[in-house]
Amino acid sequence: MSWLGPQEWQAVLLSLKVAFWATALSLPVAIFTAYALARWVFYGRQALNILVHLPLVMPPVVTGYLLLVLFGTQGPLGVALEAIGLSIAFRWTGAVLAAAIMAFPLMVRAIRLSIEAVDPALEEAAATLGASRVWAFATVTLPLALPGILAGAVLGFAKAMGEFGATITFVSNIPGETQTLPSAVYAFLQVPGGESSALSLVLIAVVVATGALVASEILAQRMNRKASGE
Amino acid sequence: MNLSVSITKQFQGFTLNSTLELPDGITVLFGASGSGKSTLLGAIAGLVTPDAGRIQLGERVVFDSQAKVNVPTHKRGLGYMFQDARLFPHLSVEKNLNYGSYFAVNKPSEAEKRQVIEMLGIGHLLKRRPVKLSGGEKQRVALGRALLSKPDMLLADEPLAALDAARKAELLPYFERLRDEKSLPVVYVTHSVSEAARLANTVVSMGDGRILGQGSAAEVLADPALVPDGVRGVASLLQAVVSKHSDDGLSELDAGGQVLILPQVNQPVGSQLRVRVAAQDVILSKTRPEGLSALNIVESQVVSLRQGGGPGAIVTLETAAGELHARITRRSLERLDLQVGQSCFAVIKTVSIAREDIG
Repeated sequence: MSWLGPQEWQAVLLSLKVAFWATALSLPVAIFTAYALARWVFYGRQALNILVHLPLVMPPVVTGYLLLVLFGTQGPLGVALEAIGLSIAFRWTGAVLAAAIMAFPLMVRAIRLSIEAVDPALEEAAATLGASRVWAFATVTLPLALPGILAGAVLGFAKAMGEFGATITFVSNIPGETQTLPSAVYAFLQVPGGESSALSLVLIAVVVATGALVASEILAQRMNRKASGE
Repeated sequence: MNLSVSITKQFQGFTLNSTLELPDGITVLFGASGSGKSTLLGAIAGLVTPDAGRIQLGERVVFDSQAKVNVPTHKRGLGYMFQDARLFPHLSVEKNLNYGSYFAVNKPSEAEKRQVIEMLGIGHLLKRRPVKLSGGEKQRVALGRALLSKPDMLLADEPLAALDAARKAELLPYFERLRDEKSLPVVYVTHSVSEAARLANTVVSMGDGRILGQGSAAEVLADPALVPDGVRGVASLLQAVVSKHSDDGLSELDAGGQVLILPQVNQPVGSQLRVRVAAQDVILSKTRPEGLSALNIVESQVVSLRQGGGPGAIVTLETAAGELHARITRRSLERLDLQVGQSCFAVIKTVSIAREDIG
């Protein structure tokens, strides 16, 4: 790809890496949270629901700022992570954290809907056949909810790729470290003559987003057919 | 295996308060909708948590509110059949059947699998998805799936209630085979008198969350206090063997030497059957009636007379076919001047016996 300069290329690769890890890390937590919200009645359920959705409605800059306060070099969690050798402030790992938190509500929403669509009576049936809760989930609910889980993962991935506000506030815009694709577009637009670089990145973003959506649609249709037993 | 249950559970405005000791064989928990029988079954399986009490399966205590014991469903070793089959839609029939054996301690052998599949006639369905099955087929697969999890006891919650009459008739014989061929204790919940009559070794009658009474199917069905419709629901249960099929749509059965002519039965000659005869469908005569359209005239002797506050009375007769109950008016009783020990003739119209009452 000769039309892509090294800085652009770096930004694309970094974005893919950040989005991959953000999705991979938050997916299990999102599945667990969605299951808890869909199936369990517990004290603080509504509070958890609100907490999960906050990043969706709060200004991303605010989320980024809160991350900075908590996970920055002086922040309590940042100091704790530093102590175990994991530095995230102004590192690509911080971008992963920001993207994961911003993608989380979207993933939980999609996954929760698909878990709610699975009849809990089937889990009872599995229990009467000897399956513990975890096994019943793994062998019945999880495969039946898979379309929604995949859709959630793809949405989360797309959101993580596109995350800008929280990322730039939390880990800044350092080429090669924290300059993701949207940050790079923003940076190019700030300098004279940067439009052509920005344009190629914009094209890539559009292609990646469209491809992800098409892939998730095809997968979801296949899984739906499988789940309905045809 | 003995089951003993003593629990209370507050639900939907009334309290279930049951003390129950169950013998082996098929026990039918029998009562109107909302009598608490499904809740009781759910409590035995651990799907419903009682407010207080104790449940013991054989030697194992699976629930004890005082000792804070509550064994989770998957460790109780019980099979469960739901009203809706609850097959796993993403798995083939074969994988549904095998589901329980992944978790079973003593797994079913290939021979046992084949035997269950053969008994239920589901061999041709193995590769199909549940969505492609009829209601009756789904319940057969659900029964097979429960049996192949090798439970210590099978609980069935109105397994036929969602099926139409034809599917019910198709499924009942499988439960009869289960009763006659396997030594598995079964607790079977139903509100249908005919299912109770055909399947039960023991009937437990429930109402308003309480156990009203318990006994053999014949005893319970003859007791106006235990059947759902009171005196109107009283019936006799006769044991009979199919002796002949006629080509005019009737079958002849032999009940202890007494010939009974009934609507065509689908079982082959030699099959052992139960016939439920509603007490209000039996007519009594002091002399042998002649010129009568009814085909069954049974010689009998009066064993007991029961009169309540209403206009009716229940006359219990000893016949070659066993005990037979007749519900007649007190006025008829006076007019006939029937006494205990007296001989009389019981008349049963062939067509008054529904096909679902024979089997």
